[in-house]
Amino acid sequence: MALLEVNDLRTYFHTREGVVKAVDGVSFKVEAGETVGIVGESGSGKSVTCYSLLQLIPQPPGRIEGGTAKFGDLDLLSLGESEIRKVRGKRIGLIFQDPMTSLNPYLKISTQLMEPLLIHGKISKKEALERAIAELDAVGIPEPEKRIHSYPHEFSGGMRQRVMIAMALITRPEILIADEPTTALDVTIQRQVLDLIKSRQEELGTAVIFITHDLAVVSEVCDQVNVMYAGRFVERADVKTLFSSPRHAYTRALQRSIPALQSRGGKLYTIPGLPPNLAQGIEGCAFAPRCPEHEGMPEHSAVRPALTELEPGHWVQDCPACLAVKLTA
Amino acid sequence: MSYLELQNLTKHFTKREGWIGSGTTTVKAVDDVSLRIEKGEILGLVGESGCGKSTLSRLVMQLLTPTSGSVVLEGERLADLPPNEIRKRRRDFQMIFQDPYASLNPRMTVFSTLSEAILTRKTELKSDRKGLEAAVSGLMERVGLDSRYIRKYPHEFSGGQRQRIAIARALGPEPKLILADEPVSALDVSIQSQILNLLRELRDELELTMIFISHDLSVVRYIADRIAVMDEGKIVEIGESDAVFDSPQSETTKLLLSAIPQIR
Ligand SMILES: Nc1ncnc2c1ncn2[C@@H]1O[C@H](COP(=O)(O)OP(=O)(O)O)[C@@H](O)[C@H]1O
Ligand SMILES: Nc1ncnc2c1ncn2[C@@H]1O[C@H](COP(=O)(O)OP(=O)(O)O)[C@@H](O)[C@H]1O
Ligand SMILES: [Mg+2]
Ligand SMILES: [Mg+2]
Repeated sequence: MALLEVNDLRTYFHTREGVVKAVDGVSFKVEAGETVGIVGESGSGKSVTCYSLLQLIPQPPGRIEGGTAKFGDLDLLSLGESEIRKVRGKRIGLIFQDPMTSLNPYLKISTQLMEPLLIHGKISKKEALERAIAELDAVGIPEPEKRIHSYPHEFSGGMRQRVMIAMALITRPEILIADEPTTALDVTIQRQVLDLIKSRQEELGTAVIFITHDLAVVSEVCDQVNVMYAGRFVERADVKTLFSSPRHAYTRALQRSIPALQSRGGKLYTIPGLPPNLAQGIEGCAFAPRCPEHEGMPEHSAVRPALTELEPGHWVQDCPACLAVKLTA
Repeated sequence: MSYLELQNLTKHFTKREGWIGSGTTTVKAVDDVSLRIEKGEILGLVGESGCGKSTLSRLVMQLLTPTSGSVVLEGERLADLPPNEIRKRRRDFQMIFQDPYASLNPRMTVFSTLSEAILTRKTELKSDRKGLEAAVSGLMERVGLDSRYIRKYPHEFSGGQRQRIAIARALGPEPKLILADEPVSALDVSIQSQILNLLRELRDELELTMIFISHDLSVVRYIADRIAVMDEGKIVEIGESDAVFDSPQSETTKLLLSAIPQIR
């Protein structure tokens, strides 16, 4: 049985503009120790997917409309507040793009690192401090026994990200959710943080759900990849297959637009237009308005296409046009 | 004669040490930088965060006074000019920043933001509402924004569209030099290419000279004719884009190249 099994998750926001179907029927599994990527443009529903699992959606306006998320014998979506608290930050850790959203600027790192140990476990202060120092050491903070008494602002951006990783992993969670952890960082610091997440994951056997808008980053860290568009997954495959034989037009276009893969000189390939406004309701294939057209290609699906399994483990939204279209220039 | 020349440009910041603050340390944010930029050229400036890129661009913009060295524009040392002349020249320099949300006034519509920028040059439009509106619409279309959105506020646009507004605002005063400080670093990869294409098109059409700052060599490679690599305030390598990318000479350049995520 998978460590986590999400089935038909739907999270909507009820706003004045209308109902925003941010996550509209998403299913996926996470096996122990593996890294599952969710990749897509801003606003596609990646963060809402993950925050729904931990019941971190502001309600109202948000509401989990349906679905299940089986984690052992629990359904995360139907747990009460006191029960989800035992999972959140303990069995499932979280790291964000901006470390300051999880670090309290007014508290010393020591207090913040020890807190989850003291809350969740039966452990003395002295032991907690020792574990906290060891955790800082493990994420590559120099002189951890000294630095642990500093405040968050005394660390550089990259170092803060390391502290946040230490904080998320100190309870030895079974799953780590990493929401664009390197998006705000320099490429050189990004490289260090990616390497750190990978090595800690190998040492501890943690499963990771890795969210990013950057396909190149996905290819470095993920085993399985889900490509998200307008609240749904349009394609899922293991990372090798996704890069060697992407099928959906959106996946192919995303891959094509990675700067590092494009040749110099001439125009860069871009995906025209913008993702759809989710408040306006989508009929048929959501990618149709941005999909290139050419002679002889089939029509886009008139109903929202379902995710179907093309080959074992390779799933794609069944829209004839998106599967057949040839991308030009 | 080069369009812009930096001669031994240096900027030191002095910082208090510790809480009680008896000692001080000096940060050599920009340390003896000399380079030339030709008219119509795009110079890429890359380096890790903290290496001095933004300080260098603020020195060029005359927003900071150098500790030593000078900025020479078309053969004239800017520091030698009287203040009103410097102000005139400064209109020719415009900046674009990383975070368009922070750099746009949230309470101003696109129309107000862009008309303010246009009026710094075309003062005659002040009393010509129709003409001003046409100029704003023209500018919006120039950067790929639908001019129907002229009355909208920044929060009503996506990140990429906001960066287009910021670019339009920079173009308003009809500048000759654009300093773009990490203009795509906060954008989705898919949107980055759109903005890079736009900047290059604008350079070609308007004969702009541009300094394009980024920490990401894979991005700079497309847009820049030449690349200067910075480390601890110094230029450690400079050359044609392809040469820097394909046969890096300095350790800094090699490090920046090895950090680019690779498709396995
Ligand atoms: N509190 C909220 N109120 C209304 N809409 C929201 C709220 N939070 C997120 N959304 C909407 O949900 C959609 C998905 O958002 P999100 O999951 O944050 O995207 P991503 O992480 O992929 O960038 C977006 O269209 C966003 O506007
Ligand atoms: N106003 C200032 N006062 C003190 N130090 C500064 C100031 N501005 C920048 N610095 C320092 O100068 C160095 C270069 O900074 P910056 O030019 O912002 O680098 P970059 O843009 O390459 O990230 C850094 O060490 C930074 O801390
Ligand atoms: Mg997000
Ligand atoms: Mg900077």
